[in-house]
Amino acid sequence: MSETLETTYRDALRDAIREAMRADDRVFLMGEDVGDYGGCFAVSLGLLEEFGPERVRDTPLSESAFVGADIGAAIGGMRPIVEIMTVNFSLLALDQIMNNAASLLHMSGGQFNVPLVIRMTTGAGRQLAAQHSHSLEGWYAHIPGLRVVTPATLEDARGMLATALRDPDPVLMFEHGSLYPMKGTLATDAGAVDIDHAAVRRPGTDVSLITYGGSLGKALAAAALLDQDGVSADVIDLRTLRPLDDTAIVESVRRTHHAVIVDEGWRSGGISAEISARIMEEALYDLDAPVERVCTAEVPLPYAKHLEEAALPQPPGIAAAALRTLG
Amino acid sequence: MTTKPAAHKRRATREEHRLGLLRTMTTIRRFEEACVELYSATRIRGFLHLYVGEEAVATGVLAALGPDDAVVSTYREHGHALARGVPMDAVMAEMFGKQTGCSRGRGGSMHLFDKSVGLIGGNAIVGGGIPLAVGLALADRMQDRGRVTACFFGDGAAAEGEFHESLNLASLWRLPVLFCCENNLYAMGTAIAKEHARTNLAARASSYGIESAAVDGMDVLAVEEAAREAVRGIRAGGGPRFLELDTYRFRAHSMYDSDRYRNKAEISTWKERDPIDALVTALRAEGHLTEESLAHLESDIGEQIARAVAAAEAAPLEPVEDLTRFVCSEEVEA
Repeated sequence: MSETLETTYRDALRDAIREAMRADDRVFLMGEDVGDYGGCFAVSLGLLEEFGPERVRDTPLSESAFVGADIGAAIGGMRPIVEIMTVNFSLLALDQIMNNAASLLHMSGGQFNVPLVIRMTTGAGRQLAAQHSHSLEGWYAHIPGLRVVTPATLEDARGMLATALRDPDPVLMFEHGSLYPMKGTLATDAGAVDIDHAAVRRPGTDVSLITYGGSLGKALAAAALLDQDGVSADVIDLRTLRPLDDTAIVESVRRTHHAVIVDEGWRSGGISAEISARIMEEALYDLDAPVERVCTAEVPLPYAKHLEEAALPQPPGIAAAALRTLG
Repeated sequence: MTTKPAAHKRRATREEHRLGLLRTMTTIRRFEEACVELYSATRIRGFLHLYVGEEAVATGVLAALGPDDAVVSTYREHGHALARGVPMDAVMAEMFGKQTGCSRGRGGSMHLFDKSVGLIGGNAIVGGGIPLAVGLALADRMQDRGRVTACFFGDGAAAEGEFHESLNLASLWRLPVLFCCENNLYAMGTAIAKEHARTNLAARASSYGIESAAVDGMDVLAVEEAAREAVRGIRAGGGPRFLELDTYRFRAHSMYDSDRYRNKAEISTWKERDPIDALVTALRAEGHLTEESLAHLESDIGEQIARAVAAAEAAPLEPVEDLTRFVCSEEVEA
């Protein structure tokens, strides 16, 4: 059995970046405050000292220009990692992400691929209000040409980056802001992980709780609540929102015949709607009840703690939805 | 094309070089005139933005680049593609949406790409190519390549945030970009005075600490000279340079544009400064061009276009089964 170490989600991300930069001179980190400041969530703390300002590049507050520049650098033979402070700020770079990163390969008839990793913080729960708290990964999952990954565990925080860097096409990595301080143990030799498949985080037989990212912990807490009622929940961590692992979703639904989708994004037009539609298309006759969705209330997220908590999916609400599917 | 420096082992004489510039500009003009006819005949569809009148800009600037340099362009880029040396057959086939097109029929008029000559689009988001050019230059700097990236955009782009962000970044990091602002005085149908609080675009670039110049974009020799000087400065490590190339499009913005926002007198005044006529006049005056050689040049180009059209007509379509190819790369790096 391999050795383990105590670590955090934040440190696991940093170890992954450090390892990638040590292994490949083409890899560099760029973004607002990634250098002197150490990253606004301290993910890149110490990397400037190790790798210097050429490879740990502080940028001006110009999301569109620095994301676009990293697309150009990727085409030019580098392997950039871009950090965007929050998903809300990524909207300032949406033109570059959508119209260039996602489209150039196809538009050029296969000539120019964009091997770029864009990391950004997503999600609520820290009373940061309506311009720092949204979960827009589902929007990005709408776009052909992008891969969207959502590490929810220490293993994935440590391992998804290496795999993403090997991808010849753009990968967007969404790190839920509440996860950075998450503690746990990790094998000292932890490394690259598969990013093609969903994972069963808790096997169960009665209801599927299908989720990802920052909602995984809440779905597991809901599963514990359900357990007290004698209900066995199968918790699926999607891990990758584009492309979705339809097989894992359908296999779980075939086991449990009941499904609840937990998504911190909004319900209307969100990734939960897409997952629900796929269950309908591929496993309708395996269902014993309509699919339930637990999503964020359709408001720009408010600051006040009680309002924010009320807006977000919470374990009791998830458990209640599961019980509704079971009649 | 004949103006591509690498095509010559022996250094072309001054006259040969100028004749090469004339050939390039005339090729672009005649190619686009053919495209208009093909558009009317519905052989070409989609948007078609013509460069007629602006040929001296692409021709002059690209004559100053080396074969390893990179070019980022706009949706009005037939001229840049041809002057850069994308084979005419591949450009025409792309207009037809054929498999043999330089973007395999997926890009069309606005998205011409050719890796073999370093043409990275054909970007149809105004200003959207500018950050890309800055990034290509960053990669070159980080990998110690001596490459220069020429980035074309219009006066309209100078109002976009990406223009300002990118100029700042390129200047801050002293990156090897040649910014080429094709100032044709109109952002689609909006006159420059209605769009910019200050219309001196070169001065705007200077405010970011970028050495800038305004150049007569109707004079191919002046454009080339300015571009050579700028490229020399960039290669010497002086950071980015900015050229404002004052020019004019003789035709409407696109095939859908009725051109109501410009008066005829303005258009005809600019047409008197036709860059092709100007070079022909100069070459004639110097005794380097006869009626006969001009006719020969024209018939040569006409035949080349006819061959390109015939090849495009005969070329296969991309199979529909391949519709979703190139959304993701087909080979994962080992």
